[in-house]
Amino acid sequence: MATGTAACRSFAIAGTGAIRPPPPARRGTLGWLRANLFATPLDGAVTLALAAAIAWLAPKALAWAVLDAVWWAPDGRACRDAAGACWAVITEKHRLILFGTYPYAEQWRGALVVLLFVAMLAASAGPWLAARAKLWGWAATALAILVLMLGGVPGLEPVGTHLWGGLPLTIVIFIGTVAGGMPLAVLLALARQSELPILRALAVGVIEVVRGLPLLAVLFVASLIFPLFVPVELQIDKLLRAEIGMIIFFGAYAAEIVRGGLQAVAAGQREAAAALGLGYWPRTRLVVLPQALATVVPPLLGDVIRAFKNTTYVAILGLFDVLGATKVALDDPAWSRHAAEAYLFIFLLYLVFCLAFSRWGMAVERRLARRRRG
Amino acid sequence: MLNPACKRLLGALVPTLAFLAPVTAQPADAGPTLEAVKARGTLVCAVNGSRPGFSVVDSKGEWTGLEVDVCRAIAAAVLGDSSKTQFVKTTTQTRLTVLQTGEVDVTVSNVTWTYGRDADLGLDFVTPTFYDGQGFLVPRKLGVKSVKDLDGASICVRPGSTSERIIADVQAKYRIKITLVVIEDQKELNTAFFGGRCDSFVQTTSGLSAIRAAVAPNPDDYVILPEIFGKDPMGPVVRQGDPQWRDIVQWIVFALFEAEERGVTSANVDQMRESKEAETQRLLGVGTGATGKGLGLDPQWAYRAIKQVGNYAEIYDRSLGDGSKLKLGRGINAQWTNGGLLYAPPF
Repeated sequence: MATGTAACRSFAIAGTGAIRPPPPARRGTLGWLRANLFATPLDGAVTLALAAAIAWLAPKALAWAVLDAVWWAPDGRACRDAAGACWAVITEKHRLILFGTYPYAEQWRGALVVLLFVAMLAASAGPWLAARAKLWGWAATALAILVLMLGGVPGLEPVGTHLWGGLPLTIVIFIGTVAGGMPLAVLLALARQSELPILRALAVGVIEVVRGLPLLAVLFVASLIFPLFVPVELQIDKLLRAEIGMIIFFGAYAAEIVRGGLQAVAAGQREAAAALGLGYWPRTRLVVLPQALATVVPPLLGDVIRAFKNTTYVAILGLFDVLGATKVALDDPAWSRHAAEAYLFIFLLYLVFCLAFSRWGMAVERRLARRRRG
Repeated sequence: MLNPACKRLLGALVPTLAFLAPVTAQPADAGPTLEAVKARGTLVCAVNGSRPGFSVVDSKGEWTGLEVDVCRAIAAAVLGDSSKTQFVKTTTQTRLTVLQTGEVDVTVSNVTWTYGRDADLGLDFVTPTFYDGQGFLVPRKLGVKSVKDLDGASICVRPGSTSERIIADVQAKYRIKITLVVIEDQKELNTAFFGGRCDSFVQTTSGLSAIRAAVAPNPDDYVILPEIFGKDPMGPVVRQGDPQWRDIVQWIVFALFEAEERGVTSANVDQMRESKEAETQRLLGVGTGATGKGLGLDPQWAYRAIKQVGNYAEIYDRSLGDGSKLKLGRGINAQWTNGGLLYAPPF
């Protein structure tokens, strides 16, 4: 019964009465099970096999990880006879794993650094802060973290970078890499698209050379070969050298991602901005970059997560990041047999952080998408 | 953490560096190492960082071990404070390169003193602080007292290892028959031995004691036989071309030996200053004959090292001996008066 009027013409047949429910076989838990787990005979077989595997493994995993586990054993003796996991290795070594060789009495500063970082990460994930406030917030956080770690101001004992370790070290290197590498990436990407041939050649050269090297080799050059050519008085801090190496490495990779974003911005945008009388920098800053960066958030996030995990490479400088400190903790003969538990802990630690970055990136993406629509 | 490709790269880079270093690093040295250390106010030592008993980090993030303590003794003698040390964790690939580049003042990182290293690398080795060698680990319940008693025994060994060669030598030397159980992987080897698949297990004594402490169900059930095979002298390494710094490190090690021989410990060092023995007086910087001028130090340098760190016996006991988890006997690392190899020239 069509009710077509001039104002609202629809050719669909409108039904009368209430919407009818789906057939009983598709309804409720049973319907869900049928649709998702037993849709075909093969689905059913896979479901049953996996269910059997879970039923067989879950109690064992639970017994190992919780029921038979040892949570506290001062000298590791209690762990030798335990059937389950020895989480006591974490209880005993958590300070070393989390803070490395940072002076024991000062480790609260490291804990504060981690808290600050997590808090700022959470604060900048949501829509409740303006972009400018976030930028200043991160700058203030980075400064606070640096002051906390280095000390040397009234009330804080100075601590040399050679003593930094554990999670705070990971966070410092990570913030430094992203904060320094992101601007470098944008500059390299812009230079690569520049009309000035020398600038373009330089950018291409840097990007291709750095991308052609393994990070390990970059750090090796920074830590061992660089000092060979520089007099002792002019030498800069080893951690800073490594940090610069990591920034260049991150910048070279991210530059190509940013270039992809730049190419995705329609030429008309640039031309329109130029027609409005905007010069190169205002045009780039106000029109091109915001659109370019918004398109490449997902791949950039991949690089950011990789930068977090790449911090473990500082082990070759003799510094103890979380993983390096864990390895050293396991050199203790009393605990070296419990490597599985210690590495599981590290796995969870990294997972939590990387998942957090992931969720953070997704939130940013959603917000940008809304802005584009609106 | 390092994948095989990266390891190969490191392996290729390091020898290149080793050749580069003597040419380029020498002019970079501002002056004698002593001056640089005093100006900096800290002594920088390269250590292994992963060798129980020699250099490891404890649960509180503190460095401990025999090599760490040698480093602290140098800091106590040179800077007056054993805590003014900075430790750089190195690998077997980087431990000598960091010394050549001038990043560290001394490397105390289980470096075996060999002709090739001493002659070719532009480095100087001083008196070994630990003589390692291959030893035999056996279950206590076997009642074996000497390697000679191992006739008919089965021994777990890695293929192509030094241990395999040593077992062949032992068989010929003592005219005994030994069955080899060849296992490629170190972890499996440990499991096989402590699971009872073989009667004995051959490796460096320092390695054996660490494995015993880490893997054995009850470490007290296993003993290391007294015979040691092969030579593995390990001691501090310094850059060549700074004789004063070499002498300083050398004589600090001798002072630790001498203090043990004369019964001077960190506890009684102050009473020992009253001693009437001329050599003890010279060691501790008492009286008119005492001087540290030749080393560029004040006369009390050895006193400070002993007072703050202890003599060699104290260091050994808390790092490797009965005061530690490793429970490694002194063996050839005893004083020459007890049939060992530690021998300090007279003070």
